[in-house]
Amino acid sequence: MTASVWLGVLEQGLLWGVMVLGVYITFRVLDFPDLTVDGSFTLGAAVAARVIFDGYDPWLGTALALACGIMAGCVTGFLNTKLRIAPLLSGILMMIALYSINLRVMGNKSMLSLLRMDTIFTGVAGLGVPQNLAVVTLGSVAVTLICYLLYTFLQTEVGMALRATGDNEQMIRSLGVNTNTTKITGLALGNGLVALSGALVAQYQSYSDVGMGIGMIVVGLASVIMGEVIFGQGTLLRSLVAVILGSVVYRAVIALVMRLGLPTTDLKLFTAVLVVLAMSSPIIKEKVSTLQSRGKERGQGAVNNRS
Amino acid sequence: MLSITGLKKTFNPGSVNERLALAGISLEMQPGDVVTIIGGNGAGKSTLLNMIAGVFPADEGKIIIDGQAVESLPEHARASYIGRVFQDPMMGTAASMTIEENLAMALKRGAKRGLRRGIKNKDRNFFREQLSLLGLGLENRLTTKVGLLSGGQRQALTLLMATLVTPKLLLLDEHTAALDPNTGQKVLQLTENIIEKNRLTTLMVTHNMEDALRIGNRTIMMHEGKIILDISGTKRKNTGISDLLEMFKKASGQSITNDRMLLAN
Repeated sequence: MTASVWLGVLEQGLLWGVMVLGVYITFRVLDFPDLTVDGSFTLGAAVAARVIFDGYDPWLGTALALACGIMAGCVTGFLNTKLRIAPLLSGILMMIALYSINLRVMGNKSMLSLLRMDTIFTGVAGLGVPQNLAVVTLGSVAVTLICYLLYTFLQTEVGMALRATGDNEQMIRSLGVNTNTTKITGLALGNGLVALSGALVAQYQSYSDVGMGIGMIVVGLASVIMGEVIFGQGTLLRSLVAVILGSVVYRAVIALVMRLGLPTTDLKLFTAVLVVLAMSSPIIKEKVSTLQSRGKERGQGAVNNRS
Repeated sequence: MLSITGLKKTFNPGSVNERLALAGISLEMQPGDVVTIIGGNGAGKSTLLNMIAGVFPADEGKIIIDGQAVESLPEHARASYIGRVFQDPMMGTAASMTIEENLAMALKRGAKRGLRRGIKNKDRNFFREQLSLLGLGLENRLTTKVGLLSGGQRQALTLLMATLVTPKLLLLDEHTAALDPNTGQKVLQLTENIIEKNRLTTLMVTHNMEDALRIGNRTIMMHEGKIILDISGTKRKNTGISDLLEMFKKASGQSITNDRMLLAN
């Protein structure tokens, strides 16, 4: 693969990496399978695109996208904690509701093009960063900053209560934490990051599309799991970095299989299979090792019989 | 310290699974009282503890802890009064977090949590000092994840967490039942030390009648959601396990059917 392909992989890995961090917060830290992600990613893209399209500052659009994602997460949290709707269903409901909302945000168009408009990336390029490195530069700064903030936050009193909510809800409630609040906080934080990522991606590819969030949760999961498997999860900091690297690896794998001739339309199928394989790997490993040891025993038995 | 009047609870009312768990419990405890609770399966022992802690709301009745009516408060709001240790050693700690993180969360029991650093350096010294009292060598493993500890170690840690901030009331729900007998005895010894040192008002559910009579100053027996026996003082001193079985038979009209209670002796 050429250098420009690798650069593309890195760019995508970083920008979508912000989304992956969001999925990590809800799925891993909070242990909440949150499908809102599919809707909030598009929400972020739609909000940023609309703001830019209407001629306002792209930084304002990006900030508004973050705020909208936070609100979406709060609503999912409200459905789950106050209305007692199951986690999966709360997310699905929000995902569907957001589909209509996203269309409204984009002015009832399924696509909003930002071609030749100023984005935060053109803004950075204007500051003297080489044109072709603008995305990587801004993406790295954003991801590093977010990782640092998350790492710090998850070690605060509230952050630790959030982690404990995902680990052992009964225990942290008995220590005086309102787990409804921590769940809503976690969902708001996660979906805020996902929407921010959507805003970055929309500006990166110069359009927002109402369908761009479909399957985003699976992409997020694939990246989280690959990151954890390849780069480990010993400590909090290591997990956060691993998850970002997982996002880059995921993009590299996608670039590779497309090079090998996989049609773009099969990408989602490929991603789903990837997640299935990663999630079932412990069971597959177990089966393989029992089969191997059985094979060995049989082999030894044969030797013993002969002697 | 604890005053319960007419506490009632029915699970799944109006359905085929309707079950009367507490049939009007009243109980008064003075500061420093250590009360052991025994009774067969489904007698309502755990339900009573869960109701005091606020895991589920009461149908009827009052619960007053240290002069404060708590029956309408949610579970997390009662945490400032209550320290708890559960039967399942996995229940009282967060496995994916380190020993110091678990202790830091316990140090904030009932207090407001903000965006301050979760663990301060001066806390670490305090944690080490407290952990060394357990005599398990955990004071040198502050950054070990709790999931790597044994059941006994986790239960001892839970006990420390429940009492790190001195609670008004300590609730122990068969907290040694899931441990092997040796470890169970060790954890029980630690429990007695901690209760004595802090003069903790304690409610302890146990299935071991010998422990029930030996530990604390008062023993109550529950059956079908009621307190059927309440002994303390000299009467308790002169009571043996066989007397207890006899009393159970007389009060409930049946003999004890809880295998664990019989096997434990």
